[in-house]
Amino acid sequence: MTARGGAPAVVAEGLTRRFGDFVAVDHVSFEVGGGEIFGFLGPNGAGKTTTIRILTGLLLPTSGRGTVAGHDLMTGTRAIKRSIGYMSQLFSLYGDLTVEENIAFFSRLYGVPGARRAVRRDWVLEMAGLAEQRDRLTAELPLGWKQRLALGCAVLHEPPILFLDEPTSGVDPISRSAFWDLIYALADQGTTIFVTTHYMEEAEYCHRLALMNRGKLIALDTPRGLRAAMREPILEVRVSDAPRGAEALMAVPGVIEAAMFGRVLHVAVTDVAGARAALPARLTAHGVTVTGIEQIEPSLEDVFVALVRAEGGAPVD
Amino acid sequence: MLNRTRLLAVARKETTQLRRDARSLYLAFLLPALLVVLFGYAISWDVDDIRMAVLDEDGSARSRALLDAFRSSGYFTITRTLERPADIDRLLDRGTVSVALVIPPDFAETLDAGGTAAVQAIVDGSDANTATIALGYAGAIVQSFAGTVRLDGAPARLPIEPRTRVWYNEELTSRNMIVPGLVAVIMMIIAAMLTSLTIAREWERGTMEQLAATPIGRAEVVLGKLLPYVGIGLVDIAIVSLIGVFLFDVPFRGSVALLMLLSLAFVIGASGLGMFISAVARSQLLATQIAMIATFLPAFLLSGFMYAIDVMPAPLRVITYVIPARYFLVVTRGIFLKGVGPDVLRVQGLLMIVFAVVGITAATRVFRKEID
Repeated sequence: MTARGGAPAVVAEGLTRRFGDFVAVDHVSFEVGGGEIFGFLGPNGAGKTTTIRILTGLLLPTSGRGTVAGHDLMTGTRAIKRSIGYMSQLFSLYGDLTVEENIAFFSRLYGVPGARRAVRRDWVLEMAGLAEQRDRLTAELPLGWKQRLALGCAVLHEPPILFLDEPTSGVDPISRSAFWDLIYALADQGTTIFVTTHYMEEAEYCHRLALMNRGKLIALDTPRGLRAAMREPILEVRVSDAPRGAEALMAVPGVIEAAMFGRVLHVAVTDVAGARAALPARLTAHGVTVTGIEQIEPSLEDVFVALVRAEGGAPVD
Repeated sequence: MLNRTRLLAVARKETTQLRRDARSLYLAFLLPALLVVLFGYAISWDVDDIRMAVLDEDGSARSRALLDAFRSSGYFTITRTLERPADIDRLLDRGTVSVALVIPPDFAETLDAGGTAAVQAIVDGSDANTATIALGYAGAIVQSFAGTVRLDGAPARLPIEPRTRVWYNEELTSRNMIVPGLVAVIMMIIAAMLTSLTIAREWERGTMEQLAATPIGRAEVVLGKLLPYVGIGLVDIAIVSLIGVFLFDVPFRGSVALLMLLSLAFVIGASGLGMFISAVARSQLLATQIAMIATFLPAFLLSGFMYAIDVMPAPLRVITYVIPARYFLVVTRGIFLKGVGPDVLRVQGLLMIVFAVVGITAATRVFRKEID
């Protein structure tokens, strides 16, 4: 769990948050280094948003400790808020204000000095590509543009740490990749990025990944490290009928798990050679034609599925 | 601790949002004017033109003189002249008349003989208020008629003749009481209703989360939001007062500055109360409903606006002490009708300031930025 150098931007030690009997975040510990892009991964309900709300000072932990930008989570929430930018899961700028009015409002709340406000405003308009739209009501903008504006408003005060809670959910793939270009640009300038997502391909962009399931942190490593730690070989099987194929492989000896990935099957097996021999016959017997079978590098999704299984439960959905 | 830039940023943002929200604008400016015009015309406790039926069994000069006294009083209109006592029932039942006056056959004879003659007034008691007032008027008319009767028919003098003079509301028109009272009632409703939307709206639209993630403090949010609504409240006071003075001819005898000053404190208190409700309810619908019940009904019924506090049952009377509109009512009526100054309104003025402080404190205390 090495940070990328410098003092850690975020430290969490045994963070726990209960809502009544429900434990949303269960003894979570990690460190995020300065300038790192730190991905927080997990299905809905895993506790990602609750964790990010604790780290942004919106919610106090029930127990555990931590610091953000060196400020204590219990006593320094006001100072934390000055040092971070936050973009919440749902779009939460003012729809009945124009683009420029939203920028002006948040730059004042973040205490951007008067002389610098115009510079920062122009920077955000430029960065988000909204210069032409500055007088439009924010509610009228397409979602992708709203997200970029929200990102811009979160970094008006040039915070050293930026928290993004599923910033690209509901956005089309092209806007999503444009958004990640912006995140990379910010990280290049030294901003620490803490981002939650449930898009596995976005997880690949992160320097390190934390996997969360049912309130617990179940893995923390680089994307490469996570894949390398995956013990079970994965076979990609191209078939004529994926749902039927998955069903046919359910109770086969040597098959740990068969999951559909679009029109192909990813099959976790105990023994590659044995499976290569046994699987085609089994599938053909069930009326499924096999057009190809090969061992592949496990994807992050395979890793995640395996880790959750190792924890003894299905992912919360 | 308060940061002026942040506070003003919130005030400016709130103003911009208000400007673009037709519903709020209607609530803020049209509704108060509408209410004062509506109530100014609709509510009246004056009773005049009482419809009266007459059964004159005497038919003498004396009985006709008594009827003339009724007619010229201005309070009664004789709409029916009856022949038989049986007709009275029918007319009262149908509500054709509210009062029936029966003059007995020996009316003039008894008076001339120096005796005490009786006349009978039968009143429809189903509207107790009007009935009581009608009886009072009728009694007074008969009394004064009796004073003019002497054996020789020449005008008599009562040993003591009361000369009453009414102060502050010379014509005793209830409108003069109602309009200044309305200023208080309307302000309570509008200020609390408008502000009850503000914090709940941020929760409903999810904007509270972004707001809460900035370094802004609770007091800055509450005061920043309060500012535009207090401005609106003062404009409303002016609108309602002007309508009262120019449309309804209500006298304004006191100091405009004093009215505005005390109104300022009252509006701050009422807005604070609305925000308190908004912060607790977190839903616009629920908040407006609570605000309606918590402000409109007490201000209307228990402030002394609609019913005199002195005649309320003891438990209700106790409740009126915590209703801010009760004290503001004294302020508006005092300044409008009596032209009283700070010397008289010292206690009320102090209570207005207390209300303002309590309102803001309550709103700030209960307002949590923590998201859960």
